[in-house]
Amino acid sequence: MTELTDADNDQDRAVTSRRHFLRSGAAVGGAALAGGLAGISEARAEIDNLPPNVPEWMKAPGDPMGSQLYGAPSPFEKSVVKNIPKNLPQYISASGRTPLQDLDGIITPNGLFYERHHGGVPTIDPAQHRLMLHGLVERPLIFTMEDIRRFPSESHIYFLECSGNPVYKKPYGKTASDLCGLLSCAEWTGVSLKLVLAEAGLKPEAKWIVAEGADAAALTRSIPIEKCLDDAMLVYSQNGERLRPQQGYPLRLLLPGFEGNMNVKWLRRLHVTAEPAYSREETSKYTDLMPDGSAREFTFYMEAKSIITRPSGGQRLGSKGFHEISGLAWSGHGKIRRVDVSIDGGKSWQEAQLQEPILTRALTRFRLPWHWNGEATTIQSRAIDETGYVQPTLAELLAVRGDNHFYHNNAIWPWHIAEGGEVTNAANA
Amino acid sequence: MQPMRKVWTTALATLLLTCLARAETPPPYGIGRVATPAEIAGWNIDIGRDGRGLPPGSGTVSHGREVFEQQCVACHGDKGQGGVGDKLVGGQGTLATANPVRTVGSYWPYAPTLFDYIRRAMPQNAPQSLSNDDVYAVSAYVLNLNGLLPADATLDARTLSAIKMPNRDHFTGDARPDVRNPACLSGC
Repeated sequence: MTELTDADNDQDRAVTSRRHFLRSGAAVGGAALAGGLAGISEARAEIDNLPPNVPEWMKAPGDPMGSQLYGAPSPFEKSVVKNIPKNLPQYISASGRTPLQDLDGIITPNGLFYERHHGGVPTIDPAQHRLMLHGLVERPLIFTMEDIRRFPSESHIYFLECSGNPVYKKPYGKTASDLCGLLSCAEWTGVSLKLVLAEAGLKPEAKWIVAEGADAAALTRSIPIEKCLDDAMLVYSQNGERLRPQQGYPLRLLLPGFEGNMNVKWLRRLHVTAEPAYSREETSKYTDLMPDGSAREFTFYMEAKSIITRPSGGQRLGSKGFHEISGLAWSGHGKIRRVDVSIDGGKSWQEAQLQEPILTRALTRFRLPWHWNGEATTIQSRAIDETGYVQPTLAELLAVRGDNHFYHNNAIWPWHIAEGGEVTNAANA
Repeated sequence: MQPMRKVWTTALATLLLTCLARAETPPPYGIGRVATPAEIAGWNIDIGRDGRGLPPGSGTVSHGREVFEQQCVACHGDKGQGGVGDKLVGGQGTLATANPVRTVGSYWPYAPTLFDYIRRAMPQNAPQSLSNDDVYAVSAYVLNLNGLLPADATLDARTLSAIKMPNRDHFTGDARPDVRNPACLSGC
């Protein structure tokens, strides 16, 4: 559990830390004595590093230049990693989550970007990768990665979210990551898809483009031509560096605001057609079952949504008094116009501050200054996007869609704060 | 050349050029090279919902059982009941209940998609390794397990395209936004 606290002074904090070490040591049974002793010596060292003493890291030179050729986070941040579900039956078609509650700002570090694969992560030599563009075009074409990078480039910040984030049935996730961690945001660089399509020349009958990945699932989704000629991109870089293998290296489709799986990774083929492929993924999988047994298909957009990431499930408020409430809001339909926050279980709502820049189809960070009076309460956020759409409650969604709908759950998520400061998911109560 | 004839020739040439330009707009950047029919044929594995693109070949239900036992049972179970992999059989009549079971038989709208998916992605440890005849056969067996094909049937491009899946007409478009939160501010 992460402690959100302000101890009275540094000596107190060191003692708290030593108690924590002693408890941790005791928890491992046979290693209790060794753990306890290590805890005491570490707590002693921490006191030695605090004022009025001079910290040890000032008394000797640090690591030399070149000790890390590709930088890694501080060893003290080793707990901030992807959140991978334990005990899945298999890990070839699976997902791993971004630790939303441990991050600031709106950009997800590449190493922590959420993952969803359907046939594992391929290792692709970019020199041997090709993009084929064929079907209802004047000239079917093949591009190398060098070719793709010769096109005029552009960069945009967009979020990506898996459509099953989260599902509609209890138990709901304990932490913000468990609940909504199939969400990330990056600056993407690549070429506008419409420039590449113009190279081949679309025939008038062209209405869809079937995109296929070069993975072991040869994942296939159909994209309406309107999106392909609007803001769709072929991207090769993410946050300034080449895509990670988990994000589709060397090339992926990027469809701002559309559900994650349509942003086909390891992109190898674009088939221009008159109708959708009706592939397995867009018929039997990413369709939304209604209570009457019918199912919605081609449900592309991710609707407006928000979540408080701090304080959030698994954290603990260490004291009453000032705490900043902070979270993320986003909409597949454009910019976030407003975020409301309730600190009284939904009885009243107040407008949060939005951090600039507020970008189309990107995460927007919101904040609300808050003085906690130490009483149990429930906090939650509600996003409104530029179309006027208001993020719904879970009850409103369930009433229309039922709990077997599986995808596109954009409900308001309430966090319960107990008198002791523990934060838990109120939707599980 | 007579002046009048020259005018006509020029007009005709202009007309021809215009037609050519309409048929073939030059590529703006000249990046990439033309894909050959053989290259496209090797990579284009898309099968339409109506069976368009299905290759020559065929397979029987009984051969499909053999392929299934060798390639599929480890994940899908000996009768397609599921395991590490999806449940493939049953669930018809459950979609409108509290516990819907989505399988090939109960949920998939188009039979040719079965060929498309098995060929491109199955078996999971060796996708695109089955022959087209084996893909027809294993598709036939899965359809037979779901009561959608007789045990003595042979499946090919024509017969696979002719199968009407039970759930075909139960898909609708995107009806969102489907909820209206009034965004109450006080006294909620």
